[in-house]
Amino acid sequence: MPQGDGRARFQMVEDERRNTQNLADIDARLRAARPVVSDDGNGGRSGRGQGLGIAFRITIELVSTVAVGVGIGWALDGWLGTKPIFMVIFLFLGGAAGVMNVYRVVRGLDDSVGLGQALERKKQAKDQDGADDPPKL
Amino acid sequence: MASPVQQFEVTPIFPTVAPGAEIPFYAITNSTVMMFAAVAVSLLFFWYTTRKRSMVPGRWQSVGEMTFEFIANMIRDNVGKEGMKYFPFIFTLFMFVFLGNMMGMLPYSFTFTSHIAVTAGLAVFIFIGVTIIGFTRHGLHFFRMFFPHGAPIATAPILIPIEVISYLSRPFSLSVRLFANMTVGHIMLKVLAGFVVALGVFGFVPFVVVAGITVLEFFIGALQAYVFTILTCIYLNDAINMH
Repeated sequence: MPQGDGRARFQMVEDERRNTQNLADIDARLRAARPVVSDDGNGGRSGRGQGLGIAFRITIELVSTVAVGVGIGWALDGWLGTKPIFMVIFLFLGGAAGVMNVYRVVRGLDDSVGLGQALERKKQAKDQDGADDPPKL
Repeated sequence: MASPVQQFEVTPIFPTVAPGAEIPFYAITNSTVMMFAAVAVSLLFFWYTTRKRSMVPGRWQSVGEMTFEFIANMIRDNVGKEGMKYFPFIFTLFMFVFLGNMMGMLPYSFTFTSHIAVTAGLAVFIFIGVTIIGFTRHGLHFFRMFFPHGAPIATAPILIPIEVISYLSRPFSLSVRLFANMTVGHIMLKVLAGFVVALGVFGFVPFVVVAGITVLEFFIGALQAYVFTILTCIYLNDAINMH
């Protein structure tokens, strides 16, 4: 019977349409729920673990910049034949870079190059949502 | 009692070398074996979790997809869409470091991330790669990163070297952070475990502490793998987007 066949087909198309609608609905709801879930997954650090991590990071930041500074100075001295001068200069520069990096860690700035830009970005982010970012480990 | 740092000793498995003799560079050591094992575990894990590829994921497939999405979201949040090009590398890096830290917690195993040679190898590779990406994308403009916009030109002789040192110290801090965290934790475990035996009846006090620290070590292992990966993302962001 051609008419019954047509109705069956119509029914099928209708079912399919409803199914895709349902899927789209589920997709939208998943999308809405996602940010909450991922925030939950990353934010659950214990206070002491975080404090320890920051302390550890500050130590490494201070030591590594001074070491790199001294290394650059030493290499420059060896190359130019000006024994202690560059090493002394770069020792202090390395110390300054270390303090700068520690400042960034403590203020919770991002780790990209350039203190000025990082400060500006932080200010912008603060103006947007008004919340302080916790420092990254 | 064995020395607490004996666990970090690299010993050749093939070919066997007389004690004190030089280890040939091609030797398969316990460190190499653990690295192969980490790669094998990661391969097996993703082979198993992606084996069915059903629309509605089962338990194992969910775990695999969650791992995948965790890193994908990390790159999307920290680098942006363009960073997804480097997803395979960052994902591999995370799995390697994470499995290295976790498998190092198994008794009688070896933690290859507790060796600065391994972490520095990874960090220097990342540093060089990121610098090359930065220069190919921005050319000599990449140098502008080292001098902040709007700062008085007179401060350049001080600011530029400081920023350059801070940039060059990245591979150091990246490698030392992972290496030091793993080494310190494992030494602490061994020393405290030694107290359990040495104190006899009162050994239960350090035993409780060791149990707690073991949990902490798992936490630190996961956290350090996460930190290592997210810092790589941040460095990549610098090179790609160059604020």
